[in-house]
Amino acid sequence: MKTMTRKTTTVAALAGAALLMTGCELPIGIETEQTGYRGLGMEQVTKRHLEAMKRSGMEIPEPERPAAAAGPRAGDIYENVKVLGDLNISEFNRLMNAITAWVAPEEGCNYCHTPGNFADENVYTKIVSRRMLEMTYTINQEWTAHVGETGVTCYTCHMGNPVPENIWYEDPGFKQAGGFAASRMGQNLAGTNVASASLPNDVFTPFLQGDEPKNIRVTPRTSLPMGDNPYNLVDAEWVHGLMIHFSVALGANCTTCHNTNNFPEWQTSPPQRVTAWHGIEMVRALNNQYLNPLQPEYPDYRLGPTGDAPKTNCATCHNGLQLPLDRAQMLKDYPELNRVNHRGAQPAATTSAAAETAGDADAEAVEG
Amino acid sequence: MSMLSFEKRYRVRGGTLIGGDLFDFWVGPFYVGFFGVLTAFFALLGTLLIVWGAAMGPTWNIWQISINPPDLSYGLGFAPLTEGGLWQMITICALGAFVSWALRQAEIARKLGMGLHIPIAFSVAVFAYFTLVVIRPVLLGAWGHGFPYGIMSHLDWVSNTGYQFLHFHYNPAHMLAIAFFFTTALALSLHGGLILSATNPKKGEPVKTPEYEDTFFRDVVGYSIGALGIHRLGLFLALSAAFWSAVCIVISGPFWTQSWPEWWNWWLDLPIWA
Repeated sequence: MKTMTRKTTTVAALAGAALLMTGCELPIGIETEQTGYRGLGMEQVTKRHLEAMKRSGMEIPEPERPAAAAGPRAGDIYENVKVLGDLNISEFNRLMNAITAWVAPEEGCNYCHTPGNFADENVYTKIVSRRMLEMTYTINQEWTAHVGETGVTCYTCHMGNPVPENIWYEDPGFKQAGGFAASRMGQNLAGTNVASASLPNDVFTPFLQGDEPKNIRVTPRTSLPMGDNPYNLVDAEWVHGLMIHFSVALGANCTTCHNTNNFPEWQTSPPQRVTAWHGIEMVRALNNQYLNPLQPEYPDYRLGPTGDAPKTNCATCHNGLQLPLDRAQMLKDYPELNRVNHRGAQPAATTSAAAETAGDADAEAVEG
Repeated sequence: MSMLSFEKRYRVRGGTLIGGDLFDFWVGPFYVGFFGVLTAFFALLGTLLIVWGAAMGPTWNIWQISINPPDLSYGLGFAPLTEGGLWQMITICALGAFVSWALRQAEIARKLGMGLHIPIAFSVAVFAYFTLVVIRPVLLGAWGHGFPYGIMSHLDWVSNTGYQFLHFHYNPAHMLAIAFFFTTALALSLHGGLILSATNPKKGEPVKTPEYEDTFFRDVVGYSIGALGIHRLGLFLALSAAFWSAVCIVISGPFWTQSWPEWWNWWLDLPIWA
């Protein structure tokens, strides 16, 4: 009997250990990066094969041949050229070819244009992509605090897909009972936006859009939620959810931007946190100024469950990498993208918000 | 420190692992042995190195003194003394002292003809420390992955290392370790309470026998593990706590680089419902 028990125990222990191991990665190809003072535990551990896997679908397209320097302006030759009218036709066609390769390589020109009548304005994708050109211009002109000199092109987010892989919609979640039961806050649900954690799942709706987005900095200064500290654990859970999205979207972790000894303290935070702060402001501005206002243009099948427009978060551009496309310098090959004309019909309120955060960058700069 | 009346009977020769009769003697109540000397040597040297490190550091505030491991760039090589080399030497001293202590326990157990349960149990704690400062750093390729020696600073390390995995409470081994720590406390409090209740009857009544103890638990929960069994259980719970603690940190990084909540995707992806 005793040997039986012993045998059973041994087998159970070995089987259990084997089962545990199958859930794990192999301890090979390890890369580590130190992001803080030695011994602080501010590090990033990665595996080479996992990093390679993450980039398996990522190709950086060859730049199109440079356009001829001179030529008649596209705005004078073609009809309905509203934001690229300043380009000469050689530059214009070069950019159109690039956009086709970046956004609709399989669908081709007809993804945005009516065959035979390129001037036709009845294709929604044409209206959207025109606005996206303006958005790209704004990002590269006004948000250098976040995108640096690298900037963005259509390809940063689209990567060959007509709709970028990582977009978000408002998520009303399951239908719930009312009253106290209505605020389940993601409890006992593996939220897809928050790395399968049981945290509030729809972290984008409250934080990344709207005139008064939910406050991210909720660290209390008093031990009880009173006085100048209206925040409580519930607020912290929302923020934790959002921060998990940041980390996963960038393939980073909390210590990339914080010394967790004191999350709110800027002095002990790595400089990446400043870049991320500008990123938050940028995403809010883009959703408010560019993506949400496009809602009436989309057909129903492009809208979310509550009828809202597709929107951006960190993952839209970053796609799991701390530097989108591993910092491929695509923008410098396409000076045309920096010569987009604004239509001038900006929604007034949102423009001022962007100008405020972008410092003295001129929000209405119009080239030529 | 006089000797207890019966103690002399048990002060017998032999049982040493190394050194034969050379260190087979007592100083006051303490058995010395070769490993006692080694423990004292390493403990003293290590402590003095910490004090030296503190003297070279920016503060004498006991909470803030910290001896930090080297930068990751030193890999598994030696670092200059003031840039983590001190940490490396103190780690050697600590391991030397801990292992010597365990072997001294083994010598005493041999001397008394007892089992080796105590040195083995203590070794599990040493193993947890060894995992933190040797096994995991070696697997990750740099001594800099070890934790700093400081009252507050080691907590910063724990916090940051946990947040490398976004939400450490989802680490399955961490869950087990915590469960075992709590259960150890529960078992110890039940056992302590039971023994004290049996040995403290009403005035004038005799001390209660183990049958009373067993009956108490049978009445409460329908089962008593017994006078010997509770000690087996206690040892199992305590060693499991330390063991799974070691596992939870060694898998973080070498065997898992993503967030710990995401590890559980295997459950969400089970073909039963996925």
